[in-house]
Amino acid sequence: MSAELVNLAAATTAGRLGAVAYGLAAIGPGVGIGLVFGHSIEAMARQPEAMPIIRTNMFLGFALCEVLALLGLVVPFIFQS
Amino acid sequence: MSAHTLLAEAGCHIKQDCGFPAPGLHSFDFKPIFSIGSFDFTKPMLLAIICMLLVVGFFWAAFAKPKLVPGKLQLVGEIGYTFVARSIAREVIGKKGDKYVPFLTSIFFFVWFMNIMSIIPFAQFPPASRFAFPVALAALVYVTYMYLTFKTHGFRGGVKNLVWISGLPKPLVPLIVLLEFIQNCITRPFTLAVRLWANMFAGHMLIVMFSVATWYLLTPTWLTAVSGGSFGLAIFMTAFEVLIQFLQAYIFTLLASIYIQGAIEEGH
Repeated sequence: MSAELVNLAAATTAGRLGAVAYGLAAIGPGVGIGLVFGHSIEAMARQPEAMPIIRTNMFLGFALCEVLALLGLVVPFIFQS
Repeated sequence: MSAHTLLAEAGCHIKQDCGFPAPGLHSFDFKPIFSIGSFDFTKPMLLAIICMLLVVGFFWAAFAKPKLVPGKLQLVGEIGYTFVARSIAREVIGKKGDKYVPFLTSIFFFVWFMNIMSIIPFAQFPPASRFAFPVALAALVYVTYMYLTFKTHGFRGGVKNLVWISGLPKPLVPLIVLLEFIQNCITRPFTLAVRLWANMFAGHMLIVMFSVATWYLLTPTWLTAVSGGSFGLAIFMTAFEVLIQFLQAYIFTLLASIYIQGAIEEGH
C-alpha cells in the first residue's frame, strides 16, 4: 500500500474510527453475553428449582459483560479530538 | 436542541440537497427552560423532579394509611415493594438485607421512572442519558458502600475488606491488592454510572435515529416504503426500550445490593 493511499484512508476514516472501535469492542461482550445466557438456560433446564438464584447471577454476569461493550461506546466520546 | 425541534426545524427530505440531519450529541442538549444567573434549568432536570415527585407521591398515597386489607393503590405499592424485597434484597443479601429494602426500593423506582420517561409522549427523554444523573445515583450507592464497609469492619478491617483476599501465594499479593483496590474503589462506581448512562444514551439515540430517518425518507417516491420500514423499526425499538429500561433499573438495584452485601459480610 502506498503512502498516499494510507494518507487518503486516514483522511476518509478520520472521525469515523469511533464506529470501528465500537464494532471491535462489541465482539468480546457479544460472545460473553451469549455464554452467560446460554449456560444459565442450560442450568435452569437442569435444575428448575434453583431458578431464582440462577436468574440473579445471570443478570449479574450479563451486567458485567455488557459494561465492556458500553465502555466501547463511551471511549470515542472521551478521546474525541 | 431536542429531537422534536430537530424534526420540526429540519423540514428536510431526501434528494433536496440538504443532507441527513443525523442525531448526535446535540440531540441531548436542550435550550434552558429558564435561567437563574448562570444556572440553566433544562428539560432533563424538570423530568427528574417530576420522577422524584411521582415516586414520593405514589408511595405516600399507597402507604400513608396502610390497611390490613389493602386497597388497589396499596396493593400495587406492596407488589413493587415485595418485588425488590424478595427478588433483590432477600436473594442477594439475605436476612440482614431487610434493613436496606427502603433504600433499594427508592433507587429502583426512581431509576425506572426516569428511564420510562424515554417513551412517555412529550417527555420522550431519559434524564439518565445526561451523565450527571447516573453519577449522582452511583455516588449515593458508593457512599453507602464505603460507610457500611468501615462501620461494619472498623478502619483496619474495612481497608482489608476492600483490598485483601486471604489464602493467596505470597508473590501474588501486591498485584491482587492493587487489582482489588482498582476494582472496588474505582471501577465499581464508574461502571455503575456508565452502564445506566450508556444504555439510556444508546437507546434514545436509536429511537431518534429511526424517527428522523422516517421523516427524512418520506417523499412521494418509492422511498416511502423505506420510510415505512424505518417507522416500523422505531416502534420496535420503543418496545425493546421498555424491556431495557426495566432491566437497567433492576440491574442497578441488583448491583447496589451486591455492593451492600460485600460491605456487610463477615470476613472475606
